[in-house]
Amino acid sequence: MRNVIIIGSGPAGWTAAIYTARAGLKPLLIASSVEPGGELMKTTEVENFPGFPDGLLGPDLMMNMQAQAERFGTEVLMDDVVEVDLSGDIKIVKTGAGEAFEARAVIVSTGAAYRELGLDRERELSGHGVSWCATCDGFFFREKAIAVVGGGDSAMEEAMFLTKFGSKVYLIHRRDSFKASKTMQERVLANPKIEVVYNSEVAELHGAPNLDKIKLRNTVDGSLSDLAVEGLFIAIGSDPRVWLVENQLELTEDRFIKVDGRSSRTSIPGVFAAGDVIDATYRQAITAAGSGCVAALDAEKYLEGH
Amino acid sequence: MSKSVTTATFEAEVLNSTKPVLVDFWAEWCGPCRAVSPIVDQIGEENADKITVVKVNVDEEPELAMKFGITGIPAFKLFENGKVVKDMVGAKPKFALEQDLADWLK
Repeated sequence: MRNVIIIGSGPAGWTAAIYTARAGLKPLLIASSVEPGGELMKTTEVENFPGFPDGLLGPDLMMNMQAQAERFGTEVLMDDVVEVDLSGDIKIVKTGAGEAFEARAVIVSTGAAYRELGLDRERELSGHGVSWCATCDGFFFREKAIAVVGGGDSAMEEAMFLTKFGSKVYLIHRRDSFKASKTMQERVLANPKIEVVYNSEVAELHGAPNLDKIKLRNTVDGSLSDLAVEGLFIAIGSDPRVWLVENQLELTEDRFIKVDGRSSRTSIPGVFAAGDVIDATYRQAITAAGSGCVAALDAEKYLEGH
Repeated sequence: MSKSVTTATFEAEVLNSTKPVLVDFWAEWCGPCRAVSPIVDQIGEENADKITVVKVNVDEEPELAMKFGITGIPAFKLFENGKVVKDMVGAKPKFALEQDLADWLK
């Protein structure tokens, strides 16, 4: 029987591991088999994580956090959690490899999954022109026209990154202004390779076997127009990844895991949640890390009292 | 790690193979590729009598990536008798990859 199992390996999970490991709780962190490190593994430069004045690469930040967690005795498992039973005093966590682990406390930091546009052929064309990862797939669109959909920081970052490859980058947003930070907006608007298309949403995807055209719908007057692009990068936010726990833990109306006030306590004693899976508002690497710290301290206190 | 193939060796190693060959298109700078790579190798080792797993580095072999219309990685193509018989995109856990390849791993 373990003290605490942490599910997820983003900034929340690793920070929870660093704190619980330093408290002598010997945590087991189950990191996922193919997506260890979470969302930051797909980013490039991270410029706003305090303590790194020159910025650093997202994957490097995550590797640093893992090294720090392991230094204090965190056990790391590169597998996927496929099922949990959180109801009893002893929590059970099952993995893809068929192992079952028991723990007195569980920290859920499963993050968020990229949102899809919900269009016909979106899945079919995924990997054939439609992508959610500019750092992975931008390379294949050298000297080609590319479109990015979205209006937040990640859409700005993807558009900037893709100008290294594409002949032209269209940034498509359904409103008439962006919600991205001012710094990112200024960079995008100043980049001659980027053309912003406001008040527009993607209505249809065309091309076989690879994408060659998208149809845009104007969100003000409903008019349709064609745009020839070979790459479409979708950056319209993400949804909390709750499928593992949705039938056991109370969720908010927006399907985030519900926690008690500023704590990480969920609706079941001994189960704590941290990071993007509880955060409908901020969703930054640093807020997720802070949230992981809260969960670790809450779990530590719970274990002392049990 | 599984054997790497190049434009020069592709025909002999993949197209003319008597066994089905799973080609893993990847690159150093692709995080998901590096995460899934050892899992694909493992599937190859465990099923060495049924399929062969090989790697194509798209940075070093852009002609092969272009020839097979790769626009996103990791991408996997299973070749049987010189033809693509199964197409997969994205990093997936082992059980999901095994499900996709079930017909060839029996």
